[in-house]
Amino acid sequence: MLNITELKKSFKLPDGGQLPVLEVPSFHVAQGEQVVLIGDSGGGKTTLLHCIAGIMAPDSGSIQIDGIEMTRLSEAGRDRVRAAKLGYVFQTFNLLSGFTALENVRLGMTFAHGRHNLPRAIELLRKVGLGERLHHKPSALSVGQQQRVAVARALANRPRLLLADEPTANIDPGNQQKIIDLIRQCCDDEDIALLMVTHSTAVSDQFSRVENLASLNRVVERATATTSTGEPL
Amino acid sequence: MNLLHIAWRNMQQRGLASILTMFSMSLGVGLVVLVLSISWIITESFERNSNVGYNLIVGSKGGSLQLALNTVFYLSQPIEVIPYEEYLELIPGPNGRQQEIKRVGGRIAEPDRKGKFSGNTSGGFAIPMCLGDYYGPFRVIGTSSQFFEKLRWGKMGDQEYDFADGRNLLDHSPEHGFFEAVLGSQVAAYMNKHVGDTLNTTHGDPDGEGHGQTFTIVGILQPTGTPNDRAAFINLEGFYLLENHARAYADLANPDEKKVDVPREIGADEPPRLPLEKRDLTAILVKAGQPVFAVNMQRDINKRLNTQAVSPVKEISTLVETFINPVRYALLALTVVVCVVSAISILVSIYNSMNERRRDIAIMRALGARRDAVVSVVLLESLMISVGGGLLGWFAGHALGVACSSAVEARVGIQIGFFNTITPTEWMLIPGIMVLATLAGIVPAFVAYRTNVSQNLGS
Repeated sequence: MLNITELKKSFKLPDGGQLPVLEVPSFHVAQGEQVVLIGDSGGGKTTLLHCIAGIMAPDSGSIQIDGIEMTRLSEAGRDRVRAAKLGYVFQTFNLLSGFTALENVRLGMTFAHGRHNLPRAIELLRKVGLGERLHHKPSALSVGQQQRVAVARALANRPRLLLADEPTANIDPGNQQKIIDLIRQCCDDEDIALLMVTHSTAVSDQFSRVENLASLNRVVERATATTSTGEPL
Repeated sequence: MNLLHIAWRNMQQRGLASILTMFSMSLGVGLVVLVLSISWIITESFERNSNVGYNLIVGSKGGSLQLALNTVFYLSQPIEVIPYEEYLELIPGPNGRQQEIKRVGGRIAEPDRKGKFSGNTSGGFAIPMCLGDYYGPFRVIGTSSQFFEKLRWGKMGDQEYDFADGRNLLDHSPEHGFFEAVLGSQVAAYMNKHVGDTLNTTHGDPDGEGHGQTFTIVGILQPTGTPNDRAAFINLEGFYLLENHARAYADLANPDEKKVDVPREIGADEPPRLPLEKRDLTAILVKAGQPVFAVNMQRDINKRLNTQAVSPVKEISTLVETFINPVRYALLALTVVVCVVSAISILVSIYNSMNERRRDIAIMRALGARRDAVVSVVLLESLMISVGGGLLGWFAGHALGVACSSAVEARVGIQIGFFNTITPTEWMLIPGIMVLATLAGIVPAFVAYRTNVSQNLGS
């Protein structure tokens, strides 16, 4: 489903230099597989997800999603693949405040050509327990409910891969497990591959495959090695 | 859900700002509609009078525009008077001059010859007019029954003067003698006068000394939308018999001519009329038998000592081109500036909101929206504000016109409907303004286009 090889990404510094962030030789997620990605803050987890989603273009390397080479696509092409094959759940939910729960879910469908499906949007919201809150705006929902809407929105286009960037970081402990269960159950139900970033060991311990970006990312390995010599980064 | 729905939701989210921007746009478009409507009323008013139904106005030498203003619109003061003899030269037909001399009687040279321009006016007409008196705030015109019999009005110059009540003036009637009056529609309404009522005119200006002689109203005209709606017409014969309306020095005109006394033969049993040598006129409305004759006649009349002939159509056209159109264009330019300001306000309003929207745009992009989709959303929002405001302004402008319809009709006799004031200019200008306002969304749309998704997602 997801095949990454020799992925490199660096950021331009104000002084004109380059700051390497990612150098991932190889990373794979199989169809329907659920993988959790852990790592230190600033380690490049969100950058990796953005590169996978096509929001950010890598400097080099290959990212294949469902057989499609993302790095060879134009920006518009990556947008199309993102709309059709990817779901994205954010740490801060990222719901549009002026839209109702149902409209937020339908928004996810708007940009995937030919996939506008109102019954599915309603069905998804019912599935995440918000069947009675279809027409409520985010401000009228609890944070847990807002993340449920975000999950429903991410699933709206029947994606092949769901990216979840610390989906429980802003949720009260009582609701964290419910959200994790919901995401995993939905992915199971629709055979969707899941790549979830988390800091929570309580979450990562539930997954059979846990990857630490520090061990995948050569930049971090080098930085750690350099730091161990006592020289500045 | 489509892009239009998203744009609509964005507008709703910024409800007050969107409404105020839309209101600003509607104000601009409404102003344009009002100015165009006023322009239409002015144009319509002049067009209705541009085909006055005659080729020439013959009057005293002086300003040609003043003569036309005075004669067609009853504005300003008459330049001077001309002798009645000038009218005799213009009466149509080989016997016209002699018959008029026999009808009026008095001292005149060469009473048996035909009028010098009688050939040119044969098949047309010459209608005498005297101005100088007022009835309330309205001008009084001394004229003959020919005024309503032979003159036509309207854009095509084919509409007869109809009477809402009563009849035309008679040269002499058994019951009222020479003292009959016909009122324009607005005069009758304003002065609350009906057929059978009487009126007295004042000399020289509305507050001038009143003439003792009473005229009986025998007819009230249907509204025409011409200056005649605002005029009172009295029998010229009666006008001459009012005090101070006779020429003080009887032989002032052409004193060297050898004049003879001619007794009145036609209507000799009627009361005395003012004799020819004591009569003056303010203007003569002349229609040539053939239009081509008018050109020659104008040239020949202008060579004469006392008179000039002007083309009313040319003078009205000059008036419109010189005075009216520049004001219309200036007003129009001003309102277009207002609309440009409205368009800029749309730009500022949406642009100022872009900082708040970067996150929303980034979310949409993360959900798969292409750059052109977010650009379209911003442009659609701009389009909705401009079209919504524009339509509101267009509707309000025309509705205001309709609301003022009765007042306008009372003043200039032109009915304003919701749709009849729509001009071709409006069909071009209003959509143009809306396009301009929509284009104002390009700048914020460009900001949307350049929004960095990864930087704004987490903010």
